[in-house]
Amino acid sequence: MKFQGYRRANGKVGSRNLVAVIPSVICANDVGQAICRQVQGTIGYFHHQGCCQLPIDLKRVTDTLSNLGQSPNVGAALIVSLGCEGTDHERLVQEIAASGKPVEIIRIQELGGTSRAIQEGIDLAQKLVQEISVQQREEADISEVVMAIKCGASDTTSGMASNCVIGYVADKLVDLGATVVFGETTEFLGGEHILARRAVGGENGPVGQKIYEIVNRMEERAKSVGEDMRGGQPTPGNIAGGLSSIEEKSLGAIVKSGHRPIQGVLEYTERIDGQKGLWIKDAPGREPEILTGMAATGAQFMMFSTGRGAPQGFPSMPVIKICGNPNTYERMQHDMDLNAGRIILGEKTIEEVGEEAFALMLEVLSGRMTKNEALGYYGSMDIFCLGPVI
Amino acid sequence: MEMKLALKVDDLDNVATIFANDVTAGTTVEVRDKQGKTEQIRLSADVPYGHKIALTDIARGDKIMKYGECIGAASTDIKKGDYVHVHNLEALRGRGDIPG
Repeated sequence: MKFQGYRRANGKVGSRNLVAVIPSVICANDVGQAICRQVQGTIGYFHHQGCCQLPIDLKRVTDTLSNLGQSPNVGAALIVSLGCEGTDHERLVQEIAASGKPVEIIRIQELGGTSRAIQEGIDLAQKLVQEISVQQREEADISEVVMAIKCGASDTTSGMASNCVIGYVADKLVDLGATVVFGETTEFLGGEHILARRAVGGENGPVGQKIYEIVNRMEERAKSVGEDMRGGQPTPGNIAGGLSSIEEKSLGAIVKSGHRPIQGVLEYTERIDGQKGLWIKDAPGREPEILTGMAATGAQFMMFSTGRGAPQGFPSMPVIKICGNPNTYERMQHDMDLNAGRIILGEKTIEEVGEEAFALMLEVLSGRMTKNEALGYYGSMDIFCLGPVI
Repeated sequence: MEMKLALKVDDLDNVATIFANDVTAGTTVEVRDKQGKTEQIRLSADVPYGHKIALTDIARGDKIMKYGECIGAASTDIKKGDYVHVHNLEALRGRGDIPG
């Protein structure tokens, strides 16, 4: 089974061919946005980090931005540095260039301020866009797919319809030799024993134990500020949708990981570099941070389940929305790519909608725009940091 | 009129999820399990789309089960046919006062 993708110098295959404008710090965002507005074929990673943070977080931000620049959907990168930030902007240039891509950098303070930096950035972005625009799609094997999965704005249909569809696709991809990554560690609470038993080496092996460890870490982080997670998870929307506890939300959420063994746990800044099968990424449930983590991992696309109706995508990663709630699908058809609500209505089976999702996935990998891409609804992203801003 | 539908995911479950609009107190719903077996239950309260009902009496402190797993404990005595949600179901995870 094949799809049509962009083959990169390092052998990886992308589903999109974009010039990434990468501010190395929040303070450079406005310059980056001006460049993106002017030059077509660019996307921006407009995050809110990069200075006055603990060293562990500055490394995390640099690693994440570097991984985003190296991700296969990016054909070239323009780093936008202010000049005095805490991230290592020169490392961004070196690492992205080492992956075989054209990279440029502008430094706002050195260039003499905003307007000059914008002018220089537009000229460089224009050159990069033209340079990569000659690349053609070529045939790639299904085993080269890296799928990220996620659910958001969930209700009780998610665990009984749309997550089951994603689980079907995940199992099929793993069986075909591809890679699937899921996360949302917060939404393992109450279901972690089920995941740990599915770990390679069993519940008591290193992978099984690591699953318990990341869940404890997430739970302790919430407790460390003296708060009870229940006020934030499930969300008010989840509760209005019928989800009564984090356990119920989790048990529905993990359905989307399918049934295959879990090969290992990736830290937030770790990439997929050839690993196959089903993997966990330690990331929270909130969209901007986990979508960023998944794109930085190297996923070419995401399959995203929703019940209440989550419309957003990600700058460089197509997001396919699978809607489990037939009422929501009716209301939000222009945001939802596939109606899994037909399972709830008894009109279709999980397998039937799963095959539709699989076919749609092959089209999206080969260039078909998702609904959020066509609408340009993909601006929000952020990086999951551990410590306070200081 | 077509019977309103509720789905029971696992044999161990003591709640089912309603997938119908305008389900009001006094309505009798059809609970279907994964083998397709059905049971009719009369509801004591209005239940919104996608929300849960009790399939048995559940005593305060007893586990509430869905997907064959514990999703919390009853915070009050619950009767068969009652609406089950945050008013009578208490999460046991993600809280500071009891170990996770």
